[in-house]
Amino acid sequence: MAKRVLLLVGTRKGAFVLESDESRLQWSINGPYCEAWPINHVIAGEDGALYAAGGNAWFGPAVWKSTDLGESWTRSADGLAYSEGEAPVTSAWSLSSAHGRLYAGVEPAGLFESTDGGKSFTHVSGLRDHPSKPDWMPGAGGLILHNIVRHPDDANQTWIAISAAGVFYTADGGKSWEARNKGTRCDYYPGDMRYPETGQCVHCIVMAPGRPERLYQQNHCGMYRCDDGGKSWRSVEKGLPSSFGFPVAVHPHDADTLYYIPLNSDSGGRYVPDGKAAVWRSRDAGETWQDLRTGLPQENAYFGVLRQAMATDKEANAGIYFGTNTGSLFASNDAGDSWREIAAHLPVIHSVESVTLDG
Amino acid sequence: MAECKVHTVLPDALVRLFPEAPRRLDLAASTVDELFEALDSHFPGMAECLRDNRPSIRKHINVFVRGERAVLSTPLETGETVYILTAISGG
Repeated sequence: MAKRVLLLVGTRKGAFVLESDESRLQWSINGPYCEAWPINHVIAGEDGALYAAGGNAWFGPAVWKSTDLGESWTRSADGLAYSEGEAPVTSAWSLSSAHGRLYAGVEPAGLFESTDGGKSFTHVSGLRDHPSKPDWMPGAGGLILHNIVRHPDDANQTWIAISAAGVFYTADGGKSWEARNKGTRCDYYPGDMRYPETGQCVHCIVMAPGRPERLYQQNHCGMYRCDDGGKSWRSVEKGLPSSFGFPVAVHPHDADTLYYIPLNSDSGGRYVPDGKAAVWRSRDAGETWQDLRTGLPQENAYFGVLRQAMATDKEANAGIYFGTNTGSLFASNDAGDSWREIAAHLPVIHSVESVTLDG
Repeated sequence: MAECKVHTVLPDALVRLFPEAPRRLDLAASTVDELFEALDSHFPGMAECLRDNRPSIRKHINVFVRGERAVLSTPLETGETVYILTAISGG
């Protein structure tokens, strides 16, 4: 039976769903969904539903749900709120569906969980009980919990990332959390203070397939890898044109192959270096790098790629995808060797995820 | 719940989220906060769209009573009209 490959795209003005067959050459575009609300992340849940995290300046945060691949949507904000007196939740930023629980990360940073398929949420309060909480500082995108990484076999283990507070890890289902930032820099602190326990501006973390102890990280200040669940990170940025960028993606079947999109610098415009787009691939876990440019614009390209806007699919010859803050969506159906622009003129792209359906 | 009946006008962007809600309806409430509770009893989830956990009217929602911007505790009187409006926001 023919496969259907879907791309789930969150944008500043709604969610979009793109669809192709397993050749991944021709794509249809459907949307905008979710009343054109700003949508920060769209995922396929383990229950087969689509979930979209967002927030609207008028009505606050919401998690939207579709059980018909985007044709119709419902929304809920039930429980997506802190205690009386605390700063209100403005938006839902990140989603993760695993082990029977839907997690939602929000701004200002915190974690909520749903055990009823997104109808209602409860606050995972242990995270905001961490002693570093008073020192958490917002980045340009706000004080956001933007990445949730679940252990594939242990429901109690989760890593989350907050800008700018760092990576935190729980082994008890969210009751208690510990910082996991050793080895990651804060270049915006004085010299001898550049390696604090928390305060790092982590931009993105992903887990290597089949190796839950291995995480890759794009930080405001460097690219990193760990092989111990985040206890110690080491730089893998040597050979890259910049240590600054937002997303990182890992090959779906090869734990040593990963992809970064370096931008020129945090203070130089935050676009691809010299206006020439490239995805950088490592096949040895970050030891060496190769720039991938075939099919990508090599002049007058002044876009950036946001932290949740790069993804891979699960096909044997992996598809790699990224969306730009100028509304273009680029795709590779050969693990990054060549690229095609499959959509243009979309709103600012916040996130890209993929899901493959049989038939 | 209060005896007062007030005319309530809802913004279009809110009604789109609650398709069963009319743009105009009469509800019993003696304060804006009670009005939000009354709306929520008819359309579950509507109050959290209008009121945050501080608790306050959401920052970009304007509620007008007797020609003035209201707060949650603003009293309401029978027969008057409460306008709930979306502020100029977006981009």
